[in-house]
Amino acid sequence: MPDLVIRNLHANIADSDTEILKGIDLELSKGEIHAIMGPNGSGKSTLSHVLMGHPGYDVTAGEVLFEGQNLLDLGADERSRAGLFLSFQYPFAVPGVTVANFIRMAVNAHRKGGPDGTDDPIRIPAYRKQLMEAMELLEIDKSMASRSLNDGFSGGEKKRFEILQMAMLKPKIAILDETDSGLDIDALRIVSEGINRLIGPDMGALIITHYQRILDYVTPDHVHILMDGRIVRSGGAELAHELEASGYANISQGVSSDGV
Amino acid sequence: MASETAAVDLGEYKWGFHDEENPVIKIERGLNEDVIRQISAHKGEPQWMLDFRLDAYEVFLSKPMPNWGADLSGIDFDNIFYYLKPTEHNSRSWDDVPETIKNTFERLGIPEAERKFLAGVGAQYESEVIYHSLKKELEDLGILFLDTGQALLEHEDLFREHFASIIPSADNKFSALNSAVWSGGSFIYVPPGVRVEQPLQAYFRINAENMGQFERTLIIVDEGAYVHYVEGCTAPTYSSDSLHSAVVEILVKKGGRCRYTTIQNWSNNVYNLVTKRAVAEEDATMEWVDGNLGSKVTMKYPAVILKGERAHGEILSIAFAGEGQHQDAGGKVTHVAPNTTSVITSKSISKDGGRSSYRGLLRVNKTAEGSKSKVVCDALIIDPQSRTDTYPYINIMADQVDIGHEATVSKLGAEHIYYLMSRGLSEAEASALIVAGFVEPITKELPLEYAVELNRLIQLQMEGSVG
Repeated sequence: MPDLVIRNLHANIADSDTEILKGIDLELSKGEIHAIMGPNGSGKSTLSHVLMGHPGYDVTAGEVLFEGQNLLDLGADERSRAGLFLSFQYPFAVPGVTVANFIRMAVNAHRKGGPDGTDDPIRIPAYRKQLMEAMELLEIDKSMASRSLNDGFSGGEKKRFEILQMAMLKPKIAILDETDSGLDIDALRIVSEGINRLIGPDMGALIITHYQRILDYVTPDHVHILMDGRIVRSGGAELAHELEASGYANISQGVSSDGV
Repeated sequence: MASETAAVDLGEYKWGFHDEENPVIKIERGLNEDVIRQISAHKGEPQWMLDFRLDAYEVFLSKPMPNWGADLSGIDFDNIFYYLKPTEHNSRSWDDVPETIKNTFERLGIPEAERKFLAGVGAQYESEVIYHSLKKELEDLGILFLDTGQALLEHEDLFREHFASIIPSADNKFSALNSAVWSGGSFIYVPPGVRVEQPLQAYFRINAENMGQFERTLIIVDEGAYVHYVEGCTAPTYSSDSLHSAVVEILVKKGGRCRYTTIQNWSNNVYNLVTKRAVAEEDATMEWVDGNLGSKVTMKYPAVILKGERAHGEILSIAFAGEGQHQDAGGKVTHVAPNTTSVITSKSISKDGGRSSYRGLLRVNKTAEGSKSKVVCDALIIDPQSRTDTYPYINIMADQVDIGHEATVSKLGAEHIYYLMSRGLSEAEASALIVAGFVEPITKELPLEYAVELNRLIQLQMEGSVG
């Protein structure tokens, strides 16, 4: 069975009748890169947040299995500890908490509660070494480790720090929600190279994007077009190029029942 | 024997236990002239102090209850015990403190802290200081650190020169009450040029039900000297109310520096109405670090009067208002001399229907040209039932001044918590971390031991909270 299985997933905005996801089916395994492309308002970000456990959505039908476990039964923290990661489009600031301390808490949360319930906090020298290596990979100035997380960071810096957290938490499946937005061309290259280094046999990725741009650097194995809460077409990397050439409107007109 | 039940029943508040009472003296409930005469007589005070007390009592009676702040209508002055002497002596060794009381202070961690990092300790239980210590080498430098009642008897001249010189008894209804019935507190004198590198700490414990604690603290930091004084306080949880009403006066002479740190963690049945004021002379620095976590109602606005040129005042205020609590806290700075500077930083957190108010006064007199001041007050609201208010009074009479004021109110949002949870932190860890980060500008100013304690208390308060 694939590591992440999404079946007929429907979701509303919490406590409302507004349906955003109208039946998503998708399978993804470690080592694979999937891209989800779609116009604004198609439900791309909703999908990423429903998978991560955002409190602002209600799942009304369908199921999501992560390594065979029902993901929808878990809180966001448990999903994270199970190996799911979401790089936020709009990360929150945590004033007064340094990058280094925040990531260490997160790393330790992942090392907590093994089968025997014991904690295994990472030793500080080992942690510092890993953090510095990951910062180097993403070409982040080391002095940034003692800044408050995302507090006063530029849009591009926030994205880099999302990928830094991904590098430190080593998820099995990472969802990257509009990671390319707000990045200038150099930053996009650096972040993409970082992503390419991290994705491998032990990690798969779901890249959510409006534009083809990031896919020039991170080549997807599969591309899915999401429109109005449904995946309307799936294909290989070439689909992204086709989309770039013809636009969403034409893809939409070409939608047929064999779309998925 | 200590009773554990209260602490267990109430879960979160760890210091709600009480000891069996075994007082040497306990004056009957309520306040009248005779009670004041009894207090003064027990203490063997000079006549002038009795006269001062009786005058203050008249003032107390004549002043109306303040109606501009928190709701004080629940205070029943007739139901309070105004004086309770728990032991025969103020001991210099914990071995001489009665077993029960010693155990209580051990549970509060005082003797341990004393061994580890304090220069001196005073421990007040009900109305009297029952233990006092000061390192020998500090004593040899001429530092005085003793309970205020003892200072009146042993250093009457120095005492009389400064006592009530900064906060007259008629300042407000509660300073008048304190002046009438004061007992205990710390008296500190640091001679010129002497720096006390480790903190001096006083710990205030109320034990009896309906107790009134009225300590009086007087600190004189002579020219170029430095001291950091820390106070902590707790009380048992009872179904009826207690009253804590202290007066703290501080004089920081030319070039001296005083830091006064409070971690107030009274149980939720204590009215905490305290008047604190410092005068900073030329080039002197006064810093108040005021943490209010406990009590039912707190009204407290530590003040600095910048009397000498280039004096600096700093007030860091943190308030945590939980269920049934109203923290009406803040600070007051009056710039009197030219080129004086001040900073007020206030952080408040309201949760479970609690209410926090920032109330501050910044006054720059005509004589204080060239002064600078910055006021920052940030409020964090954890849930929709809770409330925060800001009352910043600013009165500028000088022309050439640089004044900044910022205020923010933020709500702890479910999405914010979700972001942290998406990194693997539990909901409680996430909200505690956000709150710890919010108060970090204040905790980073505390000595490590107190920062750890404050964070631990906040974590405890945040347990089980929902964003």
